[in-house]
Amino acid sequence: MTSYLLFVVLPYAALAIFLIGSIYRYRSNEFSVSSISSQFLEGRKLFWGSQPFHWGLFILFFGHLIAFLFPSAVIAWNGQPVRLLILEIAAFTFGLSALFGLFLLIYRRLTTRRIQIVTSKMDLVVYAVLLTQIISGLLVAYHSRWGSSWFAAFLTPYLRSIFVFDPQIEAISSVTSLSLKVHVVSAFTLIGIIPFTRFVHFLVYPVDYLWRSYQQVIWNWSRKHIRTSRKHSEGYKSTNN
Amino acid sequence: MDVRSQVSMVFHLDKCIGCHTCSIACKNIWTDRKGAEYMWWNNVETKPGTGYPTKWEDQEIYKGGWEKNGDTVSLKGAGKFRGLKNIFHNPHLPVLDDYYEPWTYKYQDLFTAPEGDDQPTARPVSLVTGEHMDVQSGPNWDDDLGGSPDYARQDVNLNQLSEAEREAMFQLERMTFHYLPRICNHCLNPACVASCPSGALYKRGEDGIVLINQERCRAWRMCVTACPYKKSYYNWHTGKSEKCILCYPRLESGQAPACFHSCVGRIRYLGVLLYDADKIEQAASAPDDRLVDAQMDIYLDPFDPEVIKQARLNGVADSTIIAAQKSPVYKFVKLWKLALPLHPEFRTLPNLFYVPALLPTMATVANGVYDSTSKSLWNGVESNRLPMKYLASLFSAGDTGKVTEVMKRLMAVRLHRRGVTVGDLNSAEISQALKEVQMDGSTADEIFRLTSLATFDERFVIPPAHREESIEMLESTADVKGNTGFGFKRKPERGL
Ligand code: SF4
Ligand code: SF4
Repeated sequence: MTSYLLFVVLPYAALAIFLIGSIYRYRSNEFSVSSISSQFLEGRKLFWGSQPFHWGLFILFFGHLIAFLFPSAVIAWNGQPVRLLILEIAAFTFGLSALFGLFLLIYRRLTTRRIQIVTSKMDLVVYAVLLTQIISGLLVAYHSRWGSSWFAAFLTPYLRSIFVFDPQIEAISSVTSLSLKVHVVSAFTLIGIIPFTRFVHFLVYPVDYLWRSYQQVIWNWSRKHIRTSRKHSEGYKSTNN
Repeated sequence: MDVRSQVSMVFHLDKCIGCHTCSIACKNIWTDRKGAEYMWWNNVETKPGTGYPTKWEDQEIYKGGWEKNGDTVSLKGAGKFRGLKNIFHNPHLPVLDDYYEPWTYKYQDLFTAPEGDDQPTARPVSLVTGEHMDVQSGPNWDDDLGGSPDYARQDVNLNQLSEAEREAMFQLERMTFHYLPRICNHCLNPACVASCPSGALYKRGEDGIVLINQERCRAWRMCVTACPYKKSYYNWHTGKSEKCILCYPRLESGQAPACFHSCVGRIRYLGVLLYDADKIEQAASAPDDRLVDAQMDIYLDPFDPEVIKQARLNGVADSTIIAAQKSPVYKFVKLWKLALPLHPEFRTLPNLFYVPALLPTMATVANGVYDSTSKSLWNGVESNRLPMKYLASLFSAGDTGKVTEVMKRLMAVRLHRRGVTVGDLNSAEISQALKEVQMDGSTADEIFRLTSLATFDERFVIPPAHREESIEMLESTADVKGNTGFGFKRKPERGL
């Protein structure tokens, strides 16, 4: 029963809240969608916290994504012990880096007067979830070796079963590792609280900057080719008519 | 030729009295809000001085603006690769203390203090943390050369001067300064727009005003770094960047921006310039010594039939073309060549031009004796109390020839008017001065008139905004009628 709640109900609830909530927040109050950076109030400590934290998570996010999308490739890569070790150590290092960064960020937020001013209750929730998530992840990686292989072989089928609306939870509920269960549960919790926290900023990571023209000119009324040109320092088609 | 119109500005520094009325007008309307207290979209600095934020001109510190990169330009401290790489921590971002920590006073204490032997005081409290603070600096901390060793002598523009020239400048008897009011330049090649990863910044096609879409801004903070004039500010409370909007709601209804309207010294002029957008990239990447000329080449003659034709083809309204023909900015910048852009070497092609201050040069110091007798009335511009090299570093990317030329023109007007009103100069000297800058007496009179006697409508020639057209393009007019009005997104439907 608990398993059913944790591994079926929670995931679907979280995903639904995430999808509907994020879209609703973006459409009804886009103004609130921001990374609300606090670098302007305190920059030095932020550097030591934010960089290892964000880059660590950035890489781990893609690591998990690859294992989810291409499990057989990961298993094939892990076929050779050297490659497996490289992957595991790299992942563990990025995990440590994220944890280290997160500690500094929490320390900074709680002890810097100016940052306290811009701290909301939801920020504390965010920290709690992230701490659980990263620490449980590190424990899993350390105790249940080798995580990268069995994630691909074992978690991926479960996650996929969720996405195809045919949840298979026998395998995951029979797992004895508490840290793994915590890791999965806190992952879905994290997804579920995205619309209510500063997590929304990762949904609007500005990849499109890479292919957009540098200069942007917006016209109120139609004006021939200038508006469709993508050349540097020329116009850009407006979206408002 | 791709003709567009730009609302642009001229500030006549000789007339600025440093009263900060402009800054207050702006603050009262736009930035008197939480998170924006420290912002001065309009600020007035004393030059020489370090300005606001401290040393903003030093791009070795702040990495603002563009750099020449072969045939084109690239952002110095931002851009696609660098921007996304630095998104988690921007190493070039100025922080609150580079501006100043805003504060207020606990006035209430004056009333509520218990009776005692001491006079009650209103202690300063921070507007950020709400706690007591010792005020360390403010947006005009070095006003009128206050604390010069710490401020005036740290002016980045002094780097161009030799040790001896610097010492000469700071001799007590020679010391001088002028004010430098600054707002966003609504640049033709805005670094702020180019640096914004989420595309929140844009230039308005019709009038060239540069704005930040508050809904789209995601606090990536790159525009704050990229603007070399530090005129994009981060609101630490809302998590959105903000900047001068050139009072566009006022402009659209035919009023001058608040700082222009309230200017006590009447130093400000506003008008349309027509420009050729095809030449922007080329002008922005011109070599240093050609920068000012290349920028001047972009602006077009609004009386030229070909320009008018192309402008019409591009959808520039006739009323805008007429405004461009009457534009005081066009006169100062193009016709009379009296105004120069501030720090053109930042390569953003700013649209705010300055008529440099022709500082009084009547007296000199010889062997410690103050001597006010001189051969010619004002000693000529070369003996200006602020060295030409210094002014050139401000207004012409180091080209002293350019500023000297402008100063000579200003001087010619002065001599000519002295001849007209006082008549104590010999006419050969006056006509020589005019001839040297190829100016005739009537032009000098016109310059004099627009400089000192111009009326409100001559100083601000605001093109009609034609909002009636844009509203039809933006929304269905049938819808508009049933709407709640300004600021509301939903129809006024009765709730359940
Ligand atoms: S002055 Fe700065 S903020 Fe204003 S348009 Fe230029 S680059 Fe942008
Ligand atoms: S109001 Fe005018 S005269 Fe006064 S400081 Fe501002 S620009 Fe100068």
